[in-house]
Amino acid sequence: MKRATIKSVETRYYEERDALMRGLKNLDRRSFLKLSAAAAAAALAQGVAFNFHSFQPVRVARAASGATADFTFAYISDSHLYKRDLNDRFVRQLLRAVDDINHLTPQPDFVLYGGDLAQLGQPLELELGAQILKNLKAPVRMMVGEHDWFLDMGEKWRGLFGESTYSFDHKGVHFVVLHSVMEDDFWTERGMTPTQRMQTVAGLDNGIQSRFKVGAEQRSWLENDLRPYSNDAPIIVFSHSPLYKYYRPWNFWTDDAEDVQAILARFSRVAVVHGHTHQLLTNRIGNIHFHGMLSTAWPWPYAPEGLPALTVQMNRADPFDPNDALGDGSVRVNPDGLVDKLYNLWNRNPVQVASAYLTSAGKTATPPTPNLKSY
Amino acid sequence: MQYRRMGNPTAFLILTVVLPLLGACDAVFQGGSDGPRGAHGALDMGAQTVLLDGLLPEYDVTQPPPGVDPHIWRQVVIPADNPMKPERVALGKKLYFDTRLSKDGTVACATCHDVTRGFTDQRPVSEGVGDALGKRNAPTTMNAFLMQSLFLDGRAPSLEAQAKLPILNPIEMAHPHEQAALAAIAEDPTYKQMFSFAYGRLPNYADLGRAIAAFERTLVFLDAPFDRFLAGDTEAISEEAARGWVLFNGKGRCMSCHQFNPSNPIGTDHRFHNIGVAARKQNFEALASQALEALGQQGGGVQAVDRLALQTDLSELGRFLVTKDRADIGAFKTMQLRNIALTGPYMHDGSMKTLWDVMDHYNKGGEPNPFLDGGIEPLALNEEEIDAMVELMFALTDARFDEQNQRLFREQRTLAGTERPFRDTAMAQREIYPFEERVMGRVR
Repeated sequence: MKRATIKSVETRYYEERDALMRGLKNLDRRSFLKLSAAAAAAALAQGVAFNFHSFQPVRVARAASGATADFTFAYISDSHLYKRDLNDRFVRQLLRAVDDINHLTPQPDFVLYGGDLAQLGQPLELELGAQILKNLKAPVRMMVGEHDWFLDMGEKWRGLFGESTYSFDHKGVHFVVLHSVMEDDFWTERGMTPTQRMQTVAGLDNGIQSRFKVGAEQRSWLENDLRPYSNDAPIIVFSHSPLYKYYRPWNFWTDDAEDVQAILARFSRVAVVHGHTHQLLTNRIGNIHFHGMLSTAWPWPYAPEGLPALTVQMNRADPFDPNDALGDGSVRVNPDGLVDKLYNLWNRNPVQVASAYLTSAGKTATPPTPNLKSY
Repeated sequence: MQYRRMGNPTAFLILTVVLPLLGACDAVFQGGSDGPRGAHGALDMGAQTVLLDGLLPEYDVTQPPPGVDPHIWRQVVIPADNPMKPERVALGKKLYFDTRLSKDGTVACATCHDVTRGFTDQRPVSEGVGDALGKRNAPTTMNAFLMQSLFLDGRAPSLEAQAKLPILNPIEMAHPHEQAALAAIAEDPTYKQMFSFAYGRLPNYADLGRAIAAFERTLVFLDAPFDRFLAGDTEAISEEAARGWVLFNGKGRCMSCHQFNPSNPIGTDHRFHNIGVAARKQNFEALASQALEALGQQGGGVQAVDRLALQTDLSELGRFLVTKDRADIGAFKTMQLRNIALTGPYMHDGSMKTLWDVMDHYNKGGEPNPFLDGGIEPLALNEEEIDAMVELMFALTDARFDEQNQRLFREQRTLAGTERPFRDTAMAQREIYPFEERVMGRVR
């Protein structure tokens, strides 16, 4: 993975990881076994039940041992930064989220950034965001959102953060990061400038832009990427848009969601963590658990239709508190490979949506509902 | 107002020579010159009573006082179980000034809610029996009847409930229990008679609370130059204060929380906000878990909250102690702005000496902390604007305290001329953002 622009913690992490992977390819069978054995011995010596650090050859080890997960990662999402002197509220709120997560003890294994770092894909917006995120103590995993992409079709974003579609293994869990906000070309025929294209995508309730999709190319990449994994391997997918169909006019929607779900259907333990919707949002389709992420910029109201029944609705945001219903949060990956999702709402009690709530289809482990009804 | 800046020599003469002479007609509130001061700097109780009689002309206490919306008075202010009666007010007044309500007979309500000190003690935090120091700044009892909850964390829902707590708090008035407090006064035949007239019963603790509350509902101080200005007298406040009023409603964002309207004329939203005052010295997360543990051990009742709030560092958690809601960590009640000039030092811990300090604090966007209220943000006010807003706040003082108001203005202005410990121009002007130094290291 190409990451040269910023030598952050994250960058160094990737470089180290890449170096290890390159080294692995060059190993002959004998040395490989030696390395695996050393890693296993190290893990056992620490009294760990085969929880390999991500730099270890996890894929092979997992297949051999059935290693289990048990860790936490944090998230920040949808910061929608303008350049500093145009709107500093969103900048301050992203700083606050970074401050929050830097104060977590113990630190999360990594921080997922959920997309829409920029508001209008401007280089200055993305650079500002990259500069702020560099200060996270934990490594960062970046995901792209439509607000980052449609000015220059991801050129700046990829320069800063690398490819928008990738996967990695971490402590026995396979993570996939998708670029789910692809759109059909609506701009060439209309002769739109890049700015017009970006602004069209940034709007809601317009019929000009197409719906988000993962696309055939990425779907086949996904199929290939998942091929080595057995059906009981825990899989966590990050996508910016929800990988299901919630509300079309706002693009709370992925047009080829069913096709992606079909690829994921064979796995018994799949979680999809998505941004874009700026609200507490919970869904389950088959074995796939879906969790939304909070925004640091503004909360969206719930759409007029299509809200998944499992959602614990946050009530209307306090209009006198510009930070209300915003926040960050974390995801606990349990030893059984299922995830508990924590919404760390600023200025409200945190809401934890446990895996048991989803596996029981809402019958048990119901999170406490907010004291005010949603509107 | 007398401290209005004027270039006109005639006006100067009037201000410096004539007004002080006229001032002799007012009740005299010159620091230290109004009589002997007893425990904790409070004026002698008898002298306070005399002064109060001069301040509050006799009126029919069963009727809504001037300046208060009659509907609000009847339907909101006066509880069903404690209608106003002159006998109740008289009993409450006697109790308010009675030091026997404290264990060692040194502290009355009026010790920390002193008539000559803005119905506060004008100290950072209050002193109780045996010179014990609490953790919180005493709010004024002036206009307290318009508050929807009492104490800085709102732990009491009414004046009745409020009045009963300090008497039993170990470091305020320190009676070990209700019966001990009652025993200190109940044998007094005057009290027996007054309780009987007021409530038709023998002395009891609930009626004691009711009587003090009834008395406090007569502490109406809503006649400020600001009111005459709002009523259309544009000359009632200085031009500078009038500019302050525009800023109050606009750039200063004060009105978001300090709301004034005819039914709520005291400038508060009655809600609780973390503005970061406590954040300077506390780790909120650690305190919050300590508090949950302590409340668990002590049963979590209002008396436990009362003790934790006044005796421990958990005080800094504010409203959280009452609600156990993370949204309330470090949040304190929006204080009324009426007579704010008289009630310094400011904030829940009395950590700010002048209203310039208060403006500096808000101007820089509060103190960054994870629970900071979303409405708190840098204001980019310049020095002229800050002066104008302070000028406005001094125009909120009831006319009966004009002289003290002017003295305190001079004192605060002098102090602010020598120290402004909370001023941070880079933060105020948004060159540095809240959280930025913590997150990105020192960037200025």
